[in-house]
Amino acid sequence: MIPKDLKYTESHEWIIVEDGVGTVGITHHAQDQLGDIVFVDLPEIDDSFGKGDIFGSVESVKSVSDLYIPASGKVLEINESLLDSPELLNQEPYEDGWIVKIQLEDVEELDDLMDAGEYEDQLD
Amino acid sequence: MKEEKIELKRTPLYEIHHQYGGRVIDFGGWALPVQYKGIIDEHRAVREKAGIFDVSHMGEILVEGGQALDLLQELVTNDVSKMKINQVQYTPMCNDRGGIIDDFIIYRLGESKYLLVVNAANTEKDLNRVLEVAKGYPEARVEDITDQVGIIAIQGPLAKEILQKITPQDLGDIKYFWCVQDVEAAGENTMLISRTGYTGEDGFEIYCPSQSAPAIWEALMKEGEGLGLVPAGLGCRDTLRFEVCLPLYGNELTEDTNPLEAGLGRFVKLDKPSFRGREAIAEMKEEGPGRVLVGLEMTSRGIARTNYPILENGQKVGVITSGSFAPSLDKNLALGYVPKELSEIGTALQVDARGRLIDARIVPIPFYKKEEN
Repeated sequence: MIPKDLKYTESHEWIIVEDGVGTVGITHHAQDQLGDIVFVDLPEIDDSFGKGDIFGSVESVKSVSDLYIPASGKVLEINESLLDSPELLNQEPYEDGWIVKIQLEDVEELDDLMDAGEYEDQLD
Repeated sequence: MKEEKIELKRTPLYEIHHQYGGRVIDFGGWALPVQYKGIIDEHRAVREKAGIFDVSHMGEILVEGGQALDLLQELVTNDVSKMKINQVQYTPMCNDRGGIIDDFIIYRLGESKYLLVVNAANTEKDLNRVLEVAKGYPEARVEDITDQVGIIAIQGPLAKEILQKITPQDLGDIKYFWCVQDVEAAGENTMLISRTGYTGEDGFEIYCPSQSAPAIWEALMKEGEGLGLVPAGLGCRDTLRFEVCLPLYGNELTEDTNPLEAGLGRFVKLDKPSFRGREAIAEMKEEGPGRVLVGLEMTSRGIARTNYPILENGQKVGVITSGSFAPSLDKNLALGYVPKELSEIGTALQVDARGRLIDARIVPIPFYKKEEN
C-alpha cells in the first residue's frame, strides 16, 4: 500500500519528481483516516508555495484537513477531475487522485522527506 | 488503527463494534464507532434499507413517585400532563434565562413513573438540574440508570420488517412516539421498544438490560443482513439528523439559545402552570426572537462548517451551527442563526470558510423528508 518510488511528508502527502516537476497527492493512509472525501480546495495555476505551506484542503464528511506542499515550487497543473469527483482521492490516492503538479525550485529539498520505509515506520 | 484511550467509557456493545470493523473514537468520553464501512454508504443504507446504531451512551434518568409529574412540569417546557402511559414526548429543558440546558425525550412508563433519555454529554448536568428542582418535590424519586441500560436503534424503511423477525410483539401496534414495555426480543427481555429515532426515517429504539444488548444486536444482524441492514456509526447519525434538521445539542442548541429562535416553539407550552425559564421565553415571544435558525444551501463550491461566520455584504451577521455534504440530496447544506430580517427564503448570504467566501442562499427546512406511503 506504500509505493516505493515516492517521497513522503509527516503530514501524509506524497511527491514524485520527473524532470524537475513534482506530482503531489495524499497517501492511502491519509484518505483512509479521513473517510469519504466530499470536497477538495485546489490552488490556482502559477501560485507559488514555499516548502510546508498550505496549498489547499480536503474535506471529508466530518472534517477539514489542510494540504502541505512537500517542496517549494510553482503550480503547473491542478487535477480538475477532483473538483467533480473528490472520491478519486479515496479510490486512487496514488494514481488518478493526484492533486497538483509543481515546478520545483530546488530538487534537493526532497532529501529531507521520508522514503517508503521511513514513512511506514512512522505509521506504526 | 490507534488504540483509544483506556479511560473511555464503554457501552455493552463495545466488543461488537470492534468485531464489525467499527472505527472507534472518543465521543464525549465514550468509545463509540464513528463509522464502519463509510459514512456515506451507511447514510444511504438507512435511507434506503436499514441501519442499526448503538445509542447506549444516552443518559437515562428515572423520575417516579408522588409529585413526579409536578416536578417534570416545573422542569421542562412541554406539557407532560398531556402524556398517556407508554407515550413519548420531546421537550427542551431551559435555564431561568430561557436558554436550553438540554433537549430530550420523556417516556411515561406508569401512572407516576417517567424516564428521561438525555444527551450523553449532558447527563451529569441534567441530573443536577433535576435534583435541584426535585428539592421542591420531596415525594419524587430521581435515579440515574444510564449504566444499567443498553439502547439499540434500528432505523430505515425496512426497520419494522427486520425487528419483527425477532419479537412476538406486533410492531404495527406501536405508533410514532409511543412504546410498549417488557417486550421479548431475540429471547431476551427488553425494558421497552419505542417507535422513535433521530434519522428522519421510520424506526425503533430497543431499551434493554446492558447484558442483553449484544444478543439483540446479533439477532438483528442475522435476520437483517440479507435485506441490506448495516451497522451504522455516529457519523451517519449526524448526517441523517442534519438532513431532516433535527437540532443537535451543542450545535443548534446551547444554554444561550432560546427554544423560540431554535424553531422549537411548539414544544414550549406557555399556558401550562409555571416552569423554569417561562418568563424569559414569554418575554421573547412578545417581542419575537431577534435571530432565527435557517437552512442554507451553498451556491458556490465549498462546505460550511460549525462556527463559520455568516456574512451579508462582508459584514458578519450570523454563525453556522451545522454544515455538511448532504448525501441524500447531493448538496452542501448548513444550518445557522441569522437576524430575523435576513431570514427570508431566497436571501443571498456568504459563509466565511476560513478566509474563503462561499455563496449561499436561504432554503426551506427540513432539507429532506421521507416519502410517505
